[in-house]
Amino acid sequence: MNAALAGTGGLIRLVLRRDRILLPLWVLLLAVLPASYASTFAGLYPTQAERAGYVAGTAANPSIVALLGPVYSDSIGALAVQRSGMLLLIVALISLLTVIRHTRTEEEAGRRELLGATALGRHAGLTAALLVTYAADLLLGLIAAAGLVAADLPVAGALAFGAALTVSGWVFASIGGLAAQLTTGAGGARGIGLALLGLAFVLRLAGDAAEAAGGSGWLSWLSPLGWVERVRAFADERWWVLLPGLALTVLAAALAYPISARRDLGAGVLAPRSGPAVAAPGLASPLALAWRLHRGLLLGWAIGAAALGAILGSVADAAGQAVGDNPKLAEIMARLGGTAALSDAYLAGVMTIVGLAVAGYGIQAALRMRAEETAGRAEPVLAAAVGRTRWLGGHLLLAAVGPVVALAVGGVAAGLTYGLATGDVSGQVPRLLGAALVQVPAVWVLTGLAVLLSGALPRAAGASWAGLAGCFLLGQLGAVLELGQWALDVSPFTHIPRLPGGEVMVLPLLVLTVVAAVFAGIGVLAFRRRDVPVT
Amino acid sequence: MDTSIAVSGLVKNFGRVRALDGLDLTVRTGEVHGFLGPNGAGKSTAIRVLLGLLRADAGTARLLGGDPWRDAVALHRRLAYVPGDVTLWPNLSGGEVIDLLGRLRGGLDPARRAELLDAFELDPRKKGRAYSKGNRQKVGLVAALASDVELLILDEPTSGLDPLMEEVFQHWVRQAKREGRTVLLSSHILAEVEALCDRVTIIRNGRAVESGTLAELRHLQRTSVDVELAGPPGRLADLPGVHDVRVDGNRIRFDVDTPALDGALRYLTGIGVRSLTCQPPTLEQLFLRHYEGAGR
Repeated sequence: MNAALAGTGGLIRLVLRRDRILLPLWVLLLAVLPASYASTFAGLYPTQAERAGYVAGTAANPSIVALLGPVYSDSIGALAVQRSGMLLLIVALISLLTVIRHTRTEEEAGRRELLGATALGRHAGLTAALLVTYAADLLLGLIAAAGLVAADLPVAGALAFGAALTVSGWVFASIGGLAAQLTTGAGGARGIGLALLGLAFVLRLAGDAAEAAGGSGWLSWLSPLGWVERVRAFADERWWVLLPGLALTVLAAALAYPISARRDLGAGVLAPRSGPAVAAPGLASPLALAWRLHRGLLLGWAIGAAALGAILGSVADAAGQAVGDNPKLAEIMARLGGTAALSDAYLAGVMTIVGLAVAGYGIQAALRMRAEETAGRAEPVLAAAVGRTRWLGGHLLLAAVGPVVALAVGGVAAGLTYGLATGDVSGQVPRLLGAALVQVPAVWVLTGLAVLLSGALPRAAGASWAGLAGCFLLGQLGAVLELGQWALDVSPFTHIPRLPGGEVMVLPLLVLTVVAAVFAGIGVLAFRRRDVPVT
Repeated sequence: MDTSIAVSGLVKNFGRVRALDGLDLTVRTGEVHGFLGPNGAGKSTAIRVLLGLLRADAGTARLLGGDPWRDAVALHRRLAYVPGDVTLWPNLSGGEVIDLLGRLRGGLDPARRAELLDAFELDPRKKGRAYSKGNRQKVGLVAALASDVELLILDEPTSGLDPLMEEVFQHWVRQAKREGRTVLLSSHILAEVEALCDRVTIIRNGRAVESGTLAELRHLQRTSVDVELAGPPGRLADLPGVHDVRVDGNRIRFDVDTPALDGALRYLTGIGVRSLTCQPPTLEQLFLRHYEGAGR
């Protein structure tokens, strides 16, 4: 065996041991979704005529296509595949983060050095991380395909979509491996990877939306996420479309290896800059420290929210127009309040998605204080003349205000692009700003949950992400699985008024805000009373 | 004499693990107090209780006349702390961390800061993630030593420092003592303890096993005796305080508890002594005896 790969087997076992819960969890959870969508569609639209009506009325609408991807036929399989469109993005995201977590994060923490001194080849770390992630993606694709076959769908289509999922994961696993070579910090590597993934999503979204509105979809061909959709599972499968994805997988990995071989352990390609010798006068309080630790996160999320808002807002008018072209639907829409009402309904749906995404930011920001604690950086601050509440308060304030800023930026961006398209900038900016800000209480509930867990059950703080995943799944699956209202009510996003177009209800917003405040309050009280650090 | 730290019967459990098991510790104001013990003996746990980071399950702890948990913020204005493993914020420079921690404590002396940076040869411009272990330790030390505080709590502060920097560290601790500051120094480095500490406390399995000045501790230890006798040793091994008797013809080697030395020598001279070497216990022996079997 090549000496550079020595010890890869042992490292693979280490990665599997560390991820023994997480890895099976996301593989299984994501793999069963396509089949469950398929059985839902089979139940909702049993005849082809009904499905054709659904495709014409809903699935082919540019706004839906923008979010989920195109629909290539009116078969049950094709509808399930479109509904699973977000999975391609999620698999790519998880693969990217998994590879970085097992390469650059390990290196930054110094654990890689400990292993590097053993009989371990130069390429073993990267190879182990890539192989485990590739294998997980492959398994996910196979299970998803098996599920679709078990739902009585054609084998070719099932395999095609399974392959699309797998290749989507593979491309971004390799990109993660490449990004991990470039920076000295795992945060920077994640930033590069996420920016590329975001770019791929935005290109796909813009291309697909343009194509659905009758234009050219060439932008989608620039995006790996666009390629994997164009396999056209359950329509007329085009297997060769998998080739560019496979080629990019190999290319990104092939670029990562020479860099990994040439650079020093712990170093990146992009050199770290040095900082000031003396702190600025303002850096004198826990809040100022928290701002330093959070500002990069806030900037990143504000840019992301602006891009998402701008893109989603820009296709909103096309969404309404496309329905307007269909006389029968237009008649129904006119009765409901015109095509503008459809655009509004789309925008309201979009704002829920923006809200869920920003809730991820809220949780991430709230968990920063937990990360500070486990890394041992809370200790020197708390050993200075800083009370627990003051320390926590700095992080809490930024975890509460940051998402509001991100939502506001996203809302204004959506208002600008939608306003430009409809020639009503001054009217739409405040409307969509309001529609974005109305998500704040729901975001705060999840942020509060993260504070509550960090304070009261610190070892379980990561479970806050399960709360977000639960809200996402309830929103995606709750209606189609015909869960009771009580189940849907668990998600704070169920209680948010659907704006623009809907009615503004103040009471649910107040109640959610109080719930969030109580969560955070209990978290702070528990934190004041417990040992620090709990690791 | 006034006491800065008074701990008695301190108990701290982590789940089923008992980290502190009735710890007693007294640090007098103005002294440098060595805090020794094997890994996992509970030194860092005790220090975290004193800093109000951990809440004790039983026993009392007084720090600078206050309650370490309840009065944490007020007390922390009067002390500075260096953890055994200084972790820095990856995106803050060393200089920023020094200033931040100093200001959070209530200010630091800029002249002394500059002097310390110079003495420790530390580049304050580097970002946190770029420092080596020893340099991270220096960041913590400069931040603590540049503060105008009554008490320094140092938890294995010199781990990762080279011998030259160890010298610099000792110089500054002596300087702190001259200025009337109190120092609690947890350490494994015997030379450092011997050079700096007025009194030491040895802790094992969460309990203090010895406490006193180094001279007092030595007195409690055994002396090694190597003697050549005129006749057979007889019942030397049965004498009180005599241990590990090894007979090699007329040459006998044994250890004796220091208070029993007089009796043993009388017995030997009764037989007739041809040559005699007595060796007082070294610090190493003293510590090894306490370290051995720790955790069992």
